[in-house]
Amino acid sequence: MSREKSFHLLRTTVALVIAMLAAFAVIFMVSDTPIESIRLFILGPFSKPRYIGNIINTAIPLIFSGLSMAVVFQASQFNMGAEGIFYFSGAVISLIAIWVPLPVGVHQVVIILAAAVIGALIMLIPGYLKAKYGASELVTSLMMNSILLGLGSYLMTRVLQDPMASNGSYPYLDTAKIPVIIPAFKVHYGLFIALLCVAAVYVFLYKTKWGYEIRMVGINAKFAAYSGINIVKTIIIAHLVSGAIAGIGGSVESIAMHTRFEWNGLPGYGFTGALIAMLANNNPVSVIYAALFVAYLSTGADIVARLSDVPAEMSTILQSLIILLIASERFLHSFKQRWMERGIAK
Amino acid sequence: MEYLLRMENVSKIYGNGIVANKDVSFSLKEGEIHALVGENGAGKTTLMKILFGMEKPSSGKLYLRDKELDINSSNDAIKHGIGMVHQHFMLLDSFTVAQNITLGIEPANHHFVDENAAVAFTEQLSTQYNFAVDPRAVTGTLPVGIKQKIEILKALARGAKILILDEPTAVLTPQETEQLFEELVKLKKQGYTIVFISHKIKEIKAISDRVTIMRAGCSEGVFNTSEISEQEISNKIVGWKIDTSIHKKEHAFGEARISVTDLSYYGGEKVPILQDINFQVKSGMIMGIAGVQGNGQVELAEILTKSRRVESGSVEINQADIQSMTIKEMREKGFGYIPEDRQRQGVALTAAVNENLISNKYDTEEFCNKGILKKKKISEYARQMIAEYSVKCSGENGRIDGLSGGNMQKVVVARECMEETKVLIAEQPTRGVDIGAAHIIHQNIVKLRDNGCAVLLFSADMAELIKLSDVLAVMYEGRFVAYYENLSDITEEELGLYMLGIKKQDESQIRRMRYE
Amino acid sequence: MRELINIIFTAQFLHSVFRVTTPILFASLGAVIANRAGVANIALEGIMLISAFFGVFGSAATGSALGGFLIALLSGLICSGILALFTLYYRANVILGGIAINSLASGGTVFLLYLFTGDKGSSTSVASKTLPEIAIPVLKDIPFLGDILSGQNIMTYLAFIMILIVAVFLGKTTLGYHIRAVGENLKAAESVGINVKLTQTIALLLSGLLCACGGAFMSMGYLSSFTRDMVSGRGWIAVAAEAIGRSNPIITAGASIAFGFFNAISTAASTVGWASSLVQTIPYVSTLIGLFAFSYKEYLKLKKR
Repeated sequence: MSREKSFHLLRTTVALVIAMLAAFAVIFMVSDTPIESIRLFILGPFSKPRYIGNIINTAIPLIFSGLSMAVVFQASQFNMGAEGIFYFSGAVISLIAIWVPLPVGVHQVVIILAAAVIGALIMLIPGYLKAKYGASELVTSLMMNSILLGLGSYLMTRVLQDPMASNGSYPYLDTAKIPVIIPAFKVHYGLFIALLCVAAVYVFLYKTKWGYEIRMVGINAKFAAYSGINIVKTIIIAHLVSGAIAGIGGSVESIAMHTRFEWNGLPGYGFTGALIAMLANNNPVSVIYAALFVAYLSTGADIVARLSDVPAEMSTILQSLIILLIASERFLHSFKQRWMERGIAK
Repeated sequence: MEYLLRMENVSKIYGNGIVANKDVSFSLKEGEIHALVGENGAGKTTLMKILFGMEKPSSGKLYLRDKELDINSSNDAIKHGIGMVHQHFMLLDSFTVAQNITLGIEPANHHFVDENAAVAFTEQLSTQYNFAVDPRAVTGTLPVGIKQKIEILKALARGAKILILDEPTAVLTPQETEQLFEELVKLKKQGYTIVFISHKIKEIKAISDRVTIMRAGCSEGVFNTSEISEQEISNKIVGWKIDTSIHKKEHAFGEARISVTDLSYYGGEKVPILQDINFQVKSGMIMGIAGVQGNGQVELAEILTKSRRVESGSVEINQADIQSMTIKEMREKGFGYIPEDRQRQGVALTAAVNENLISNKYDTEEFCNKGILKKKKISEYARQMIAEYSVKCSGENGRIDGLSGGNMQKVVVARECMEETKVLIAEQPTRGVDIGAAHIIHQNIVKLRDNGCAVLLFSADMAELIKLSDVLAVMYEGRFVAYYENLSDITEEELGLYMLGIKKQDESQIRRMRYE
Repeated sequence: MRELINIIFTAQFLHSVFRVTTPILFASLGAVIANRAGVANIALEGIMLISAFFGVFGSAATGSALGGFLIALLSGLICSGILALFTLYYRANVILGGIAINSLASGGTVFLLYLFTGDKGSSTSVASKTLPEIAIPVLKDIPFLGDILSGQNIMTYLAFIMILIVAVFLGKTTLGYHIRAVGENLKAAESVGINVKLTQTIALLLSGLLCACGGAFMSMGYLSSFTRDMVSGRGWIAVAAEAIGRSNPIITAGASIAFGFFNAISTAASTVGWASSLVQTIPYVSTLIGLFAFSYKEYLKLKKR
């Protein structure tokens, strides 16, 4: 491993440790039983098979959102639209899941493909506006998120809402659901779809010419342009792929974890996806580990919130701290300087 | 006290591992003009940036009048009477001359800037030192010669007694250089101490009292300029002798590969940036373009490479109008381009060397099959290029930002100069590159020419232009003012007169560029 | 539609335009100062949210609206200080740093809200104060005009005064000069001994103070309590307004008022019985369109090059 890479790994680890320590400090301040809370936070997620299953199930949508963000980040595009797409594709495919009767297998495939198309089409808007006209994809994608929330809840209240249910759509047809693999862990087959996506994105980014184009545009757009790479097309492709993955993520999450559409706000995967992509240094394979880690943190936070007196939002605080530390180029800089100097001295 | 200022055993290692200075000692006597000489990348600028507080030395000490100096920022350096005029001007284009000169020391009234006082101060300064500038002019609109004067005034306004000038003549014509030298001598007589960074030996002999020679980050010693010959300086700069002579094949030129007809360009301004540009570059020909920076060369190159549009007139490359082609299509027809700014345009810094080598051919059949990249072929090709250009790197998969400037530029040139290249536009191909790398680059450009490629060469380096070009044109204020079909009778002085716009050839000579 | 148009020409509606514009205006002016110093402050949203929270709880703790306001300012200052520390001194990517602060704000305020009140939705159970509304003598007696301009919250007046203050600050003062110098050419500023990082830090802190004003208004004027994620995209709308205004305080203010207008329309439309989920998207749709129109104009200009 090069010194550059081992340094990245080291820095990530130190950032995680510091963030954890900060979390402990917060727990000490707010909890009446701090030691017990910390124990629950750290070890709780491994205490029952159901919790371990929960980590994996929580990680599945995070893998999708992390991948989605990694693709746009590789193109140096800061698009937070995965958030809205998760929600909106979940709402739209509910139409198919509730009312279009299809055989098992076909039903799921149709739903997932439809979600991919929806996601890609939505991403086309900020992607095209950025690529062609230079409109900030960060702002447009955030505006899109709020707009999609409005459209989704309109769809919910006008079409999907089950008058018999307190807060949810008509139930999904059984043929549409993604089943559980091992009942004790409750892990569902969406895991394989997620891993398949990881492999596909890896090949796409590192083995195909489109991936090469995306990476070169991301590193230096001026260089890419004069080399003959079509920047507009490349940025749009990155957005389309990213949107499709987010769409798939939204649909898998809906039909695997829910029996009806019941999100009444944005689910928050967009931001977490950005964190995961960063932890993974935008590498699709590392996204798996990063997603599992974040899922572990939020499972721990949930357990603490349920069994103790610390609100679950602690995991958001923790995640923000991790982002701050990892994004900081100068964090551990003087150490890096010495480390590199020693490498030269050799 | 023999020395005004001493730097002792200074070393500087950058974070990316590049050793810029190694155990360098440097001293200044009060009231001297001290030349700091060495080839590009020898560490001259870094050493002076350390003195000016812009870089922190990894080790070493500084003394001013025998007292140890602790300089942590430019501010500290300024307080100790050290001023620096950078090679790339440090001016705010949207500010006026007076605002630039008083920046950071604005005359103010309860935190409100007093514009009139700033103008008065500037006027007084310009009369005192006899540098004519208009305090109210907007800086961005001024020519380089004036900008340099503003930079010197800026340093003097801050009480600089030691003035560091980094390659001040690089952007000047011979005549402007002469004028600058007169001004420097006047300053010296007033007791100022001047450090003059240069790699032009003639200039050093003309102006300096003493000279410190640097090579590969180390000092090769300090000498009284009168006691060392040009040849000795040259030998010490290079360290060893390399044969840098270039042999060009004698041949007749072929058909036109670049044809520019009646090109004018305004780019949103009222005054034309380019006007009535007409020329052809033929197969097997290197056309050199000379001119003072900012006379339309950059814009011309950018139009030819499609980063600016053709407003009026036409540009044909390989007999096809570039307006109807994408850059990709141009490249497919054998178009190569060595951009001026290596780091910003020439390479993708965090990508691997092999990825940088294929950016203009990654989707050809050779390297790509139905969208899937042929990794093996790419590696093979990269290793071959690395060997051919003797690129010093850890391997084809290593990141290119670990390479020195010269090696990075070799990668750019290796990518752009292919067998299939029929047209090459080269902008400052050897700027900031050591002599060895420059020689390899020159050889390859000439090899392309010998094989029938048409080359358009933009360079600020007169020697390079004269050495490589078959024909040479001079640009001034967006027009061609001179055209040489025979380079043997050119003198630098004469070129300077054209570059400054003092002389202009008659229309009939310039029209010969069209080959009608 | 007719009903809506009728509403638009009432003094009450125009009064609300100023009110709704206030937080966007503060934040967009904050964005102007930061951007002029060459640092994009993407954390406007989060800083507003945090100071909205501390405004409410500060006023409850001190028992005075002024106390709450000052605590809100302090929290905005600290928040932008953290942003400055990470982006300027630890060189975090400004966008990622900003995103992190926003998320910290969103999670952190709910976290604290729950700790203090046991509620994750709003602070209605807390006895917080509000900032005063001011009736302007003479003006208030002028029919129609008085109804629009008088009786606004003190922060609304402050926001509009700020337009001028920011313009003069950037254009006439030494610090303003230094901020612009740093933003235009960092190395040039550095070479004359201007402390670049300090200048950028000051700009970010000022930007944070302006956002804090916007945040305090949200929870102590616009509403009289803190609710979860109450800033709901206003910070981002401000980012768009600043982009459209190209860092010019006056044009940015104009864009902010335009966005404020659509915000007010959105509120008005829901009162005449339009589908609330769709009507809520009006501010975002208008921002999207505004940003597109601006980018398109810039694109045409660039194409001329």
